[in-house]
Amino acid sequence: MTDTPLLKVSGVSKFYGSRIGCKDVSFELWPGEVLAIVGESGSGKTTLLNCLSTRLMPTTGSVEYRMRDGNFRDLYHMSEAERRFLMRTDWGFVHQNPADGLRMTVSAGANVGERLMAVGDRHYGNIRATANDWLTRVEIGTDRIDDQPRAFSGGMRQRLQIARNLVTSPRLVFMDEPTGGLDVSVQARLLDLVRGLVNDLGLSAIVVTHDLAVARLLSHRMMVMKDGHVIEHGLTDRVLDDPREPYTQLLVSSILQV
Amino acid sequence: MTDLATYNFAYLDEQTKRMIRRAILKAIAIPGYQVPFASREMPMPYGWGTGGVQVTASIIGPEDVLKVIDQGADDTTNAVSIRAFFQKVANVAVTTHTKDATIIQTRHRIPEQKLTEGQVLVYQVPIPEPLRFLEPRETETRKMHALEEYGLMHVKLYEDIAHNGRISKTYAYPVKVAGRYVMDPSPTPKFDNPKMHMSEALQLFGAGREKRIYAVPPYTEVVSLDFEDYPFEIQKFEQPCALCGAQGVYLDEVVLDDKGGRMFVCSDTDHCEDRREHGHAGELLAQNKEAAE
Repeated sequence: MTDTPLLKVSGVSKFYGSRIGCKDVSFELWPGEVLAIVGESGSGKTTLLNCLSTRLMPTTGSVEYRMRDGNFRDLYHMSEAERRFLMRTDWGFVHQNPADGLRMTVSAGANVGERLMAVGDRHYGNIRATANDWLTRVEIGTDRIDDQPRAFSGGMRQRLQIARNLVTSPRLVFMDEPTGGLDVSVQARLLDLVRGLVNDLGLSAIVVTHDLAVARLLSHRMMVMKDGHVIEHGLTDRVLDDPREPYTQLLVSSILQV
Repeated sequence: MTDLATYNFAYLDEQTKRMIRRAILKAIAIPGYQVPFASREMPMPYGWGTGGVQVTASIIGPEDVLKVIDQGADDTTNAVSIRAFFQKVANVAVTTHTKDATIIQTRHRIPEQKLTEGQVLVYQVPIPEPLRFLEPRETETRKMHALEEYGLMHVKLYEDIAHNGRISKTYAYPVKVAGRYVMDPSPTPKFDNPKMHMSEALQLFGAGREKRIYAVPPYTEVVSLDFEDYPFEIQKFEQPCALCGAQGVYLDEVVLDDKGGRMFVCSDTDHCEDRREHGHAGELLAQNKEAAE
């Protein structure tokens, strides 16, 4: 880890008219770190994630990102072309519903290869070899490379979406409920896979989830949100084992024990 | 053919022509960029070349000589009716000879004979947006053009190779114009793509229903998209034209009987006739001559 953060968020607020989306959120994300944002539905997790990933313009505040050249740039002062380029090279975005992040009508290989072609790769053989490699890494059989994602199960689609995002070796990945809608055994395998990839590639990630188990397994640090405010912030193990805020205590005690 | 009183010259009113000419000038200034224009209703259905007709009507003058082709042929319905239309509303000279024409309106072919400086080729375009079937949102495709995000176009070509072992797109094959805009060359066979590159003639594209005009100025680079290991190739024909014996031209297949008999003839009828006049004879023509004797 280096001694400068990757992402600096200061005073980000988003209002929907008079209603609060998220209010006055500030934090720093360091290289190789996984941050979980947890909270119940409607607590502003997704609004915050969208504000950070330039999908939604915040009302106030700034989000600065350290580019590969080492300089910090304010995301909302970049041109749209630069922002979109950043999103398809240095960043990844894993949607809760894989259909939002995949092209459902083109083959798995083309889904993985799209980012490569977008940054100028023009050699079919190389693109296909890279696609094959990535499918193997996310445990999808290489005989499925020419199948469309609509022929895939939910878990496979989610893994394909992850492969598609990681192929340009991004430094920062946003995940919105990556395990939502999957059954528990598939969830466990996916979490295992994501944890392995994050470790191997030294990725930074911001994971939005309402599932505290996901936060426990994946993240180093976590933020607890309620009604648009960050109410608790700390190391994952500290927050989960010794929650200070009454709401966090409620959240932790609500986990079902089998 | 002298009674022009009921129509303005070339059917469109002068304000409309000015508007279309402005769009054309802008299109020429930004090669390959689709310029929106206020397409008018024309006395023919959409899909019959309303865009091409409006472009032709805006650039044609009394001195021009017009040629109209439809899939290479001068004598098919679309070509005949558009030619008659301009004879009626503009009283211009018409021809079927490529070299005599100053304006050639075309539906889906580029003449075999090399076009020269001063000639204008007007294409009838059904769908001007090369990204349309990959990205249905117009707002998004415009943004992609503006930001030069053309990765998706290669995704389509990748899919072709993955499923068919080669790039199987044979017409409306996407090209990059002057190193910037990706353009749909209208549904011409990819055989004609190389003719667009560094063409001496001005090429104008009109899409009436979609309300877009775009252009390739003379001597402009037009490159067909491909992969390094799967380069762009044009169609090849195993036999020459059955009537004129021409090789290296685009051929149409014609079914002769219900016993599998067929022949391949030039799609460009003017080129074929011209060759036959100059004594070239293909296999079928030679046989018929022998039979007659």
